Amino acid sequence: MNTAKSITLTLNGQQRQCQVEPRQHLVDFLREDCGLTGSHLGCEHGVCGACTVRLDGQIVRGCLVLAVQADGRSVETVEGLSDGGTMRDLQDAFVARNALQCGYCTPGMLMAAAELIEKQSDASREDVRLWISGNYCRCTGYQAIVDAVCDVLAARKAAA
Amino acid sequence: MNAPDSFPTRHLKALPAVTDDPRYIGASVSRPGARRLVEGRGCYVDDITLPRMAHVVYWRSPVAHCRILAIHREDAARMPGVLAVIDGAQVATICKPWVATLGHLAGMKSAPQHPLAIDRACWQGEPVVAVVAETRVQAEDALQHLIVDWEDLPAATEMETALAPETPVIHPELGDNTCFRRALDTGGVDAAFATAHVVAEATFNFGRHTGVTLEPRCQIADWNPGEQRLTVYHSQQAPHMMQDLYARQFDLAESAVRVICRDVGGSFGIKVHAYPDDFATVALSILLKRPVKFVADRLESFTSDIHAREHRIKGRIAATKDGDILAFEIDDLTGIGPFSMFPRTSAIEGNQVVNLTGGPYKHQQYRAKLDVVFLNKPPTCQYRGVGHPIACAVTEGLVDLAAAKLGMDPLAFRQRNVMPDDGYPAVGASGIKLEVLSHEECLRRISTLMDYPALRAEQATLRAQGIHRGIGFATLIELTNPGAAFYGVGGARIAAQDGATARLEPSGAVTVLVSVGEQGQGSEGIFAQIAADAVGVAMNKVRVVTGDTDVTPYGGGTWASRGAGIGGEAVLQAGLALRANILKVAVAILKREGLAVQRDEIIDVATGESVMPLSELGRIAYFRPDTLPAGFTPELMVTRHYAQRDYPFIFTNGVQASYVEVDLDTGFVKLLKHWAVEDCGRVINPMLVDEQMRGAIVQGIGGALYEECLYDEAGSLLNGSMADYLVPMAAEMPDIVVAHVETPTASSRLGAKGAGEAGTAGAPAAVMNAINDALRPSGAAVFSQPFTPEKILRALGKVA
Repeated sequence: MNTAKSITLTLNGQQRQCQVEPRQHLVDFLREDCGLTGSHLGCEHGVCGACTVRLDGQIVRGCLVLAVQADGRSVETVEGLSDGGTMRDLQDAFVARNALQCGYCTPGMLMAAAELIEKQSDASREDVRLWISGNYCRCTGYQAIVDAVCDVLAARKAAA
Repeated sequence: MNAPDSFPTRHLKALPAVTDDPRYIGASVSRPGARRLVEGRGCYVDDITLPRMAHVVYWRSPVAHCRILAIHREDAARMPGVLAVIDGAQVATICKPWVATLGHLAGMKSAPQHPLAIDRACWQGEPVVAVVAETRVQAEDALQHLIVDWEDLPAATEMETALAPETPVIHPELGDNTCFRRALDTGGVDAAFATAHVVAEATFNFGRHTGVTLEPRCQIADWNPGEQRLTVYHSQQAPHMMQDLYARQFDLAESAVRVICRDVGGSFGIKVHAYPDDFATVALSILLKRPVKFVADRLESFTSDIHAREHRIKGRIAATKDGDILAFEIDDLTGIGPFSMFPRTSAIEGNQVVNLTGGPYKHQQYRAKLDVVFLNKPPTCQYRGVGHPIACAVTEGLVDLAAAKLGMDPLAFRQRNVMPDDGYPAVGASGIKLEVLSHEECLRRISTLMDYPALRAEQATLRAQGIHRGIGFATLIELTNPGAAFYGVGGARIAAQDGATARLEPSGAVTVLVSVGEQGQGSEGIFAQIAADAVGVAMNKVRVVTGDTDVTPYGGGTWASRGAGIGGEAVLQAGLALRANILKVAVAILKREGLAVQRDEIIDVATGESVMPLSELGRIAYFRPDTLPAGFTPELMVTRHYAQRDYPFIFTNGVQASYVEVDLDTGFVKLLKHWAVEDCGRVINPMLVDEQMRGAIVQGIGGALYEECLYDEAGSLLNGSMADYLVPMAAEMPDIVVAHVETPTASSRLGAKGAGEAGTAGAPAAVMNAINDALRPSGAAVFSQPFTPEKILRALGKVA
């Protein structure tokens, strides 16, 4: 029984037409069908945040959104955002602060942090801690991540 | 308050340099592998797809103990894409069972275990049947159509009653549910307690918890019948150990097994064991003659990853009127799984508790009793800290109780009782050999670091306002850089040595192959730092390769905080040997003495001037050997190995402090700040060590406040999801201040000791003591981890 649906989406800036099963999660579609393995699966319950991607500019859990829901919309992943902008600044800060160890949570953590920086340029250190509390990291203890995000906030404030 | 913390300032006494031109050892340089990971270009096992790769899902026991009556596989086998439905008896035709004991743990016993349970399953989550399909989705769909008839068997699920006559014996052939027992007695304990001015005692409970690596356990087994060779892509910490185990259990030559560990998404000890489904997945690949991928889902992780820390310890301490500790005594009961875990065994954790309790102190008398009992729960084994967090909490909890009874300040009481910095080498009361530690210096440092007098004054002021804050200390020792004493002497084929190969490339770059791998700690980064300094090249000229048994020297891998101390020393020795060989080539080319390798050049030692770049030396050595003297052969690839053989282990030490606020109405604990002073010998990269400390402290805090695998009486897991099993999140964690004392070990040239576990060792004790310090005026105290609001309110008498 063929239940696949045709969807059209803009994936990291390029338009794509794909056949997806209605039950397929967005992150499985990205990883398995598109080869975009930068988004990771940690819990498949929407808890850990490792699969966080952007859907029409807003972060979502890739394991709680179906691929068919991306029809007609724009999806951005870490692979498509690494060449510049907020994501690049954050990546530089993460490397400088060693704000990652195993790196498994990192793309999702970066997605969450980028949204904070773009939406709330005056965020305090406590705001940063609260904002990234939807993303698990088992390695770092979070402090270096908070430091790295604050570094980018401070640099932007200084440049403004 | 938007200013991020500045990079930590440190107060390191400068140690003598390890190499002639030190540039990277001791510097906070970024690790080369980080960029790839932040761009989402890592390569974890689930990112790998092989041609004809099949996917397996496992039917696991739904209950703690059951008899398997029948497996009806027809419906599942007919589902789309299904390649095979395979049970334990089929797997057993090609994979031998194992019994996980160690020879040096006298009297230890366990029962034979198979990759897939046969006839009987012994814990909820034990794998029983494999369903293999073309895709993961198809395998999961088919699993819904697999019917297994089973009947409940009575289960042993409580350690307190595991040895009671009415409790079923899990393996009748073993006689009882005892896995291992140990007793230690220095002989004068009763006399010490009889003459003591102060005796304090408490019963400490530790919740069973697990590692929750964000990347679940996973592997791809790829049996190639054409070359009769097995390749396993594995998220694992010890590739050579797994190579040996696969070879032995499947009767293959070790050269017929290759284990590759690429990026590992968190390990913490969870991924240093040989799991039944590891062998099952390999068996499936051999049976089906194609690659098979297994990736645990989160529920499987909770029910089949190793658990740890389920202990109940009755402890007491004796001290004189003047505040000298005379003796410790503990009675430790710990519940493991139905089998001892392969190959490191489930008895090590309890054994460590016995060895480490009282470890920082100079008392002479000590008695310990350990009972390790089998339960119908997931197997337990070594998880970050291995016994240290338990021993430290018991020791430091008792120390605080004694200090309080004596009316002494807890920091002053510790300063009085720790082993003196000038008294090494020393032997602890448990018999542990201590090369050199720095308790006194660490205690002095933490008092300054946290401004202890000011903090006490603030605490008193706030207490008068009805705000209940507490300060807790934890002094600790940590076992690192193990020799063969850990496993090798007990018969486990786990390498105690590691190796490194350093090769000069024609361009003047250096490639280093190391048997210790990377799971995020920054091992590859520090190996690059060490190699660059040892050879005399820029760090960006060094490429480090790890995690492939076909490629690297043979070694133990990552466990017991040994990567820097053992692997790092091997890299140092290989780098120095390569430099010596480079100089021989330089002498042969230039026909002169007085040369050195420095900053990618051959230099004249007398003038410091460059006489030849390494790229030119490489060109001549590799492409124009005809121009070299007759009979001279350049050897620009060198391998060196290192094993620490001076002591069974090289201990590190440190002290942590926690500052908390307890809400007496809700029982909630707010972590305000945490400090750690740690002595891991020579610090190779301060930033990476600080991050190891912080991450480990937060894992320790997880066990202290949140994490517990909750089981009902029948042995059924109650909180098998990340929504229900709480781990530390960013908002609840404090900022953590880290400082170092550097007392290098003389057992290696590098002088580095381990740094990966001390944070986890000390954090629970520090938090516990801080909570109890806050509660002390109310007369309440808590000793049962995790310290949930409910337990705190119960201790306060506010809930029944």
